[in-house]
Amino acid sequence: MNALKRLMSDRAAALGALLIFGLIVVAVLAPWIAPYPEDVTAFHLADRLQPPSAEHLFGTDRMGADVFSRLLFGARITITIAVIAVGVAVAIGVPIGLIAGYYDGFTGGFLMRTSDIFLAVPQIVLAIAIAQTLGPSVENVILALSVTYWPFWARLVYAETKSLKKQTFVEAAQALGASDWRVMVMHILPNTASAIIVRTSIGMGATILTAAALGFLGLGAPPPTPEWGRTISEAREFLPDAWWYAAAPGLAIFLVVMGFNLLGDGLRDILDPKLRKGSR
Amino acid sequence: MRRLELVLSRLVWFIPTLFGLVFLVFFISNVIPTDPARIVAGENATEAQVQALRAEMGLDQPLHVQFGRYIGDLATGDMGRSLYTRRAISDDLMHRLPATLELTFAAMIIAIGLGVPAGVISAVRRNSLTDQVLRVLSVSGLAVASFWLAMELQMFFSTRLGWMPLNGRVSGWGPDEITGFYVIDSILSGDWESLRDTLHHMILPAFTLALPAAATLVRFTRAGVLEVINSNYVTYERAMGFPTPLIIWKYVLRNALISTVTQIGLIFGALFAGAVVVEAVFDWPGLGTYAVQSILQSDTKAILGFSIIVGIVFIGVNLLVDIIHTFIDPRTLK
Repeated sequence: MNALKRLMSDRAAALGALLIFGLIVVAVLAPWIAPYPEDVTAFHLADRLQPPSAEHLFGTDRMGADVFSRLLFGARITITIAVIAVGVAVAIGVPIGLIAGYYDGFTGGFLMRTSDIFLAVPQIVLAIAIAQTLGPSVENVILALSVTYWPFWARLVYAETKSLKKQTFVEAAQALGASDWRVMVMHILPNTASAIIVRTSIGMGATILTAAALGFLGLGAPPPTPEWGRTISEAREFLPDAWWYAAAPGLAIFLVVMGFNLLGDGLRDILDPKLRKGSR
Repeated sequence: MRRLELVLSRLVWFIPTLFGLVFLVFFISNVIPTDPARIVAGENATEAQVQALRAEMGLDQPLHVQFGRYIGDLATGDMGRSLYTRRAISDDLMHRLPATLELTFAAMIIAIGLGVPAGVISAVRRNSLTDQVLRVLSVSGLAVASFWLAMELQMFFSTRLGWMPLNGRVSGWGPDEITGFYVIDSILSGDWESLRDTLHHMILPAFTLALPAAATLVRFTRAGVLEVINSNYVTYERAMGFPTPLIIWKYVLRNALISTVTQIGLIFGALFAGAVVVEAVFDWPGLGTYAVQSILQSDTKAILGFSIIVGIVFIGVNLLVDIIHTFIDPRTLK
């Protein structure tokens, strides 16, 4: 409770939390708050490319659908991709990092070299290669992102585990006859939690940007999915006249990523004072 | 000799890492059994023709044989033919690499030029209004989707105001190709009109690409400078009555920028990756545009070649950064 209070007293972190809360609310309530929920698939060609007005808050798109309504449904896709992809990446990366750090001999070396291979190309390039092979769909974007992002958590937990392993409390547990698994899961893992949480918040922002870029390149969900990156690419040919069409999803991405970054910064200040050093 | 040891130990890993990368991307791109032979043969081809072509392309062999053959070809610099341009993929990629590198370097210069001074100012005047504004800007710079920013800048400065060219590297033919880097080529051949034109085309894409990198540098430099400002020896120098500008310039920056230099190396990789998307928006004829075209045409071998080239540059730059780091900060050798 104390940590939460401190987090909320940091204005930037509180703003970040608010933005993420907003995203979740919008994603969950999309069918009820969207003025034209049927516009995710329906089209009204007579109303195409209308500028923002009282009926259409952010105007209409090339199909005459309400940009605002589609934006709200797009929030669902964004949050689904980010949560599952990062969740899987954490689920793969954390155990690998833990094992590699604990058995820091041949096993650890092998696992870390494997993660180096994944880090040898920029994440977007590997994600492009994977998503291109599997074909455009939300599931494949999630798969591509999980496969490319797990090494970040593996590296982090590896480094933490290696240093924690030499601490007295770990030696004490080992001396009491605790099994390796027990030491790893009950004693080391909880102590890496704060680093994992910080990395996860910032990782969510990065994942959302990459997912949007994949959508923009045509590797995301196929139309008429209201995915934000894809919407921006659809809007491209109608610039500069229909400026609202691309502006809305672009700003949405900006606010959400900003939310995760601000929250991540705030969490780091509270959970990981080592990293804070002289930053204030 | 510890430096040599370190460099050698890194070099030893270069080949296995690269091999692992090729292995990874090769098998990823063969997860789904697509049939390039059918695409190449065209719709009217008979089954026998497709079969013959499949044998010719080696697609009837088991996957591990195909992989062995691919590695063998790769060792001689052969990445196969693009299904659509019908040219050697390695030629296509080599021809486009300078365009991407030129854009990346330009972005890096902008990122350093904006990011490092802003970070120093932010730290020296911490908690001032300037600091607050710079921090908000740097947080924003990291959150914006580069392809979206690229489109918006393009719409505003090119389409609306007409101040900047819409896309591409040059308006006409460009300078005589010597190195493939148009800035260098136009200087070498004394073609000042081309130089002006090239730089003009470069402004928007390079700035778009540079923004997130500049934001990272601001944050890094600020933290680095603050850490040094709060250290004991700076307090001592203040107590000795040294003027603040002297302390900042002579004692603080030199130490604070060590971490920034390392960061700049890492940023090169990030810029190189970011170029994929930015190039696509500005029709910049580099690797990114090539990759996007290959995606649209499901040209798996071209994507494979692209990933490998990027991997080589990426691993190479990281190696270089590690080596440079040992010179700037000899403590890493201990």
